[in-house]
Amino acid sequence: MQTQNTSASAPAHHAPAAQESAPVVPLRHPVRNVISAVLVIMAILAAIDVAMNERYHWDVVVDYLFAPRILSGALLTLVLTVVSMTVGIVMGAMLAIMRLSENPILRNIARAYIWFFRGTPLLVQLIFWYNIAALYPVIALGLPFGGPSLVIGSANVLITPLGAALLGLSLNEAAYMAEIIRGGIGSVDRGQYDASKALGMSGPKLMRRIILPQAMRVVLPPTGNQVISMLKGTSLVSVLAISDLLYSAQIIYSENYQTIPLLIVASIWYLLMTTILSFFQEKLERHYGRGFDSVIKRKRSRKDRNAS
Amino acid sequence: MSNVMVEAQAVRKSYGNLEILKGISLEVQRGSVTVLIGPSGSGKTTFLRCINHLEKINAGRLYVDGSLVGYEERNGKLHEMKDKATAASRRASGMVFQRFNLFPHLTIMENIIEAPIQVQGRKRKDITAEAQVLLDRVGLGDRGRSYPQELSGGQQQRVAIARALAMKPQLMLFDEPTSALDPELVGEVLDVMKDLAEEGMTMVVVTHELGFARQVADHVVFMDGGVVVESGHPADVLDNPQHERTKAFLSKVL
Repeated sequence: MQTQNTSASAPAHHAPAAQESAPVVPLRHPVRNVISAVLVIMAILAAIDVAMNERYHWDVVVDYLFAPRILSGALLTLVLTVVSMTVGIVMGAMLAIMRLSENPILRNIARAYIWFFRGTPLLVQLIFWYNIAALYPVIALGLPFGGPSLVIGSANVLITPLGAALLGLSLNEAAYMAEIIRGGIGSVDRGQYDASKALGMSGPKLMRRIILPQAMRVVLPPTGNQVISMLKGTSLVSVLAISDLLYSAQIIYSENYQTIPLLIVASIWYLLMTTILSFFQEKLERHYGRGFDSVIKRKRSRKDRNAS
Repeated sequence: MSNVMVEAQAVRKSYGNLEILKGISLEVQRGSVTVLIGPSGSGKTTFLRCINHLEKINAGRLYVDGSLVGYEERNGKLHEMKDKATAASRRASGMVFQRFNLFPHLTIMENIIEAPIQVQGRKRKDITAEAQVLLDRVGLGDRGRSYPQELSGGQQQRVAIARALAMKPQLMLFDEPTSALDPELVGEVLDVMKDLAEEGMTMVVVTHELGFARQVADHVVFMDGGVVVESGHPADVLDNPQHERTKAFLSKVL
């Protein structure tokens, strides 16, 4: 023990002089480097194989990539996603505020809604809305207790396949978004309410100016996930014979039997759209992250890079 | 205009079966500094939060600047005010918290001008100039563009004081403003508070800084177990306590 101590402390006495000139040698990772090299080689081989294998029919992929039917399918998928997400987020925010309400009736209505729409399969919900005419042949929008109807019509006319798809996707999404937004609001420190109340703020203003902007930081990443899974989840509406991106591809390959190339075409468009959406997500996250650690970290890492 | 800024009459507050305040009565004179001391759990922070209705009282009466806090008296009953009216009645007082509670998503300048713009409807240009004066006064004139997280605890607490002052309150409430600070940062916050006291601001301060109490306070209130045990001039309460509980507390703190 003692010899060890002295030998350990001896160089420490000279340390100050040595410290100034001693270069730092970073730890080397030979195993990690070998594994990386192997993975890169495997990836390249796989890419070459995919590119050279004629059975992929890349010429067919190129032919159909900008086919009008595919493009209109992609557009419809995008519209379905944007509309359903927008309605879902707005409804979800209302449900979240209801769930956090002090009123037990509002709270339980929101809870029941979320329970039902999260607990049943989306596919079932879509088919249900599609077949709503079987339950309610005539839909009338009007005043209750026999008052005059403002809108009246056959359910088959009012609820088109597209309408059923939008209804199903939006109502289902609202349940998920409600929970995400509720979690975000709950993550904001109680002291923020105290401080804004002490400054004379209250109600919607307090929510909009102080709480929601801070909740956004927590809400955004899972919402990004929701948008992306919604984009792909819209392919479920093909059961309603709506020509979204996947359904359009399916129709084409049922005519020409080029199944794999057309699925590749559809996948390329899905990938492109999710990439663009992820880009916006990152921008939004940076916007709502300002003032939190991430900003400081970014600045620090920039400083570190400048220093080195 | 009465000379009494805060008047508490037998204020009671409980959470469920647990009674935190068991009838607090005290007066705070306009322009005076009152320091509340006492062991943790004695109810001093709860009482402070009752003064601007962050906590609802269960019985008794609490007047700030002559009007009831959070309630309207009609036909001999106290009716709870609507949120908006309560919010409006809070504007007479500013509050500084133990954990600063600055808005992390806003810059220092935005933190200060947020409530004057949103609540008082002040013009951004006017209030920004005033906020700059306030920031200069707390020694942070050059930090307006920073975010709260980029500041030390002491700096954040000074911003919190400036933020409360921007609403031009008649009364400032301080809830253990130095308890969350590193020891070397306590002084800078106390200095700002001393300046404020010298300018004649009415202040109610919950603190463990007995030095501050001795130096700045006009009135020291010792609370324990939800009641006021002893109150009076700082020299009397701190140096010549009459009650056993006060003596026991002071001997532990000093």
